[in-house]
Amino acid sequence: MRQAFDEMSSTDGHVRPAYETLKQWLGGVPQDVLNHRRKEAEYIFRRIGITFAVYGEQNAQERLIPFDIVPRILTKDEWGRLSTGLEQRVKALNMYIRDVYSKREILKAGIVPEDLVYKNPAFRPEMNGQRVPHDLYVHIAGIDIVRTDPDTFYVLEDNARTPSGVSYMLENREIMLRLFPELFSMHKVAPVENYADDLLATLRSLSPQSGHEPNVVILTPGIYNSAYYEHSFLADKLGVDLVEGRDLFVKDGIVFMRTTEGPKRVDVIYRRLDDDFLDPLAFRPDSVLGVPGLMSAYQAGNVTLTNAVGTGVADDKAVYSYMPDIIRFYLGEEPLLPNVPTWRCREADHLKYVLEHLPELVVKEVHGSGGYGMLVGPTADKAQIEKFREKLIADPANFIAQPTLALSTCPTLVEKGIAPRHVDLRPFILSGSDKVRIVPGGLTRVAMKEGSLVVNSSQGGGTKDTWVLDA
Amino acid sequence: MRVRIRHEITQRFEPGSRNLSVTVRLTPRSHEGQFIQRWTLDLDSDCRLHPQEDAFGNICHAFSVEGPTDHVTVVAEGEVETFDTTGIVRGSVEPFPPALYMRETTLTHPVASLIAFADAAVKGVPEDPLTRLHALMVRAHETLTEVDPTGSTMPLSAEAVLEAKSACAGGIAHVFIGAARHLGIPARHISGYLALDDEGAARHWAEAYVPKIGWIAFDPGRNVCATENYVRLAVGLDAFGVAPMRSTGFECRESVCAEDGRTPPRMAQAQSQGQN
Repeated sequence: MRQAFDEMSSTDGHVRPAYETLKQWLGGVPQDVLNHRRKEAEYIFRRIGITFAVYGEQNAQERLIPFDIVPRILTKDEWGRLSTGLEQRVKALNMYIRDVYSKREILKAGIVPEDLVYKNPAFRPEMNGQRVPHDLYVHIAGIDIVRTDPDTFYVLEDNARTPSGVSYMLENREIMLRLFPELFSMHKVAPVENYADDLLATLRSLSPQSGHEPNVVILTPGIYNSAYYEHSFLADKLGVDLVEGRDLFVKDGIVFMRTTEGPKRVDVIYRRLDDDFLDPLAFRPDSVLGVPGLMSAYQAGNVTLTNAVGTGVADDKAVYSYMPDIIRFYLGEEPLLPNVPTWRCREADHLKYVLEHLPELVVKEVHGSGGYGMLVGPTADKAQIEKFREKLIADPANFIAQPTLALSTCPTLVEKGIAPRHVDLRPFILSGSDKVRIVPGGLTRVAMKEGSLVVNSSQGGGTKDTWVLDA
Repeated sequence: MRVRIRHEITQRFEPGSRNLSVTVRLTPRSHEGQFIQRWTLDLDSDCRLHPQEDAFGNICHAFSVEGPTDHVTVVAEGEVETFDTTGIVRGSVEPFPPALYMRETTLTHPVASLIAFADAAVKGVPEDPLTRLHALMVRAHETLTEVDPTGSTMPLSAEAVLEAKSACAGGIAHVFIGAARHLGIPARHISGYLALDDEGAARHWAEAYVPKIGWIAFDPGRNVCATENYVRLAVGLDAFGVAPMRSTGFECRESVCAEDGRTPPRMAQAQSQGQN
């Protein structure tokens, strides 16, 4: 694999302008001071209790996501290009979902194959012909971005269901401000603290009724969910109620919350619960996490669910490969952010190519996430590749393949000092009925192991603070 | 034929339950093979019915019962004029193209035994979908014994039916539907009523899509295409989608009476009950 582009030192070793001050500063600080600050950061994280659970592991509740104290820096110009591209992408995602659940023009035009919609497990027939408040489906999107050179940002994945990680973006910044005030005085960093206000404004703008202050709640599956910390964190930051399914009930098509002062009407539910569990009367009958009758209230147009039900039809990895065409179809524009070239194993000639080139490709499950069930060709051994080949032949439609990208690297504090590690970026895009809001930056994830390209926190990835320079 | 129907469902809840939400799918729609003369829904509690059309075009009613109560009873009653269309269903509300009915569901998942069943059923049968569907129906009828639905109101999955070699009509329909989809033929689950001379009951069967003809109703449990004795109530991908009542209670008691409306009412009741 060719040498990856380093965001600080470029490929030829000279420092890129955005990083000049940081590099100088890093050069002047002794290693043990950095190590000490890192320990301090870890201590704070543990004390606040930002841990996450990896399903199926013992002592899971106690895990910390490693935090790297060296910030990642983007210039105002780079961010400007990124955010316009993100806005375009989310706009197209929303139009696509709306179309798929109404007229299905894109299927008639033959751009997306029918069975990718109809046979998609994330397609919800229940949503067919169902108008949602303000015709917006994906109110909170997390678009994963990777970079390969100074000018090219690729979209790696769209997350249109319930993207998580925003609490890390906010906490990382808070900790950096506490540990390195001097760095912030040397840089003009765009703030991210307004995310909570932006999110609340977005959620309020989505209320199905006007005329009264909308009541917004966050619906969590409960304390055993791996992202529970984030749910409670957001409820706290937004100043809204954190509820579980049993705290809500539906009466005559209207959702109410049980409170000590009697039932209180709910207008907007930011739900962190999967579609399947939302309503035992419409989906899984054994769900005890949801609210019986919620779908009928939703269908009556009396409540907004954020994100809408059935948005998963737009974010699996097979649909991803059609995104450039989807953008052209609905917006008549060229995509501003390119896709990573993708082979769809469902197509015979693509499958043939993939099977011939397994050792160089990354193969992913269409519905997989969290870095599970994927093959990274260049780092896998022969046995793993052969085992994966069988899986692939058995069910080709379940896989896509991509070239192994040389993800950009950022300076990262490791045992031996500062070294480059691969990173990606998940910005969060908020679409309200009034406007689209994106806080500058997002969550940078970093693969802490040398040479590793897997940044998922469930696979040992860490996070970094992301700085967008204001000037 | 004039069919008179009375369908009563009682669902039990924990004593003292409040704010119960219930959805019922208990209102048939007219199509070329059936005309709804009159139809009423009756509840034993004081509440408002909110009519809705679900994604598959079925008429549903959602309502909430304030309580406290330990049960909810719904009675659907009416008369339907039916015509023999040799099983062909025309003039029905179709929000989806047939391609949607190729979806796999938990109850019709194409497991190895189902694939083997489907392939064996059409071995040596010409490619023509109609011939294949008939072969499939015959095969399902011959290998699976129909039993009266007892114990559970939710029919078994196709996999479980093939293992048990017997099932209620809905379970056999799952096998037929799963097998048809595996053979590339869109198929769906139907709930409704069957009124015969001496008895009448709730029943599940299947519909499959044949190009140029349209949707055709197959009842693999009885090895016939639907006749004028059948009244079609709801459409879905499997039995989950056509459940007549969905709520959070535990026990569901159903009593159904479907009889020839030209004779004076006998109101002999076929009872079934089970867990929900």
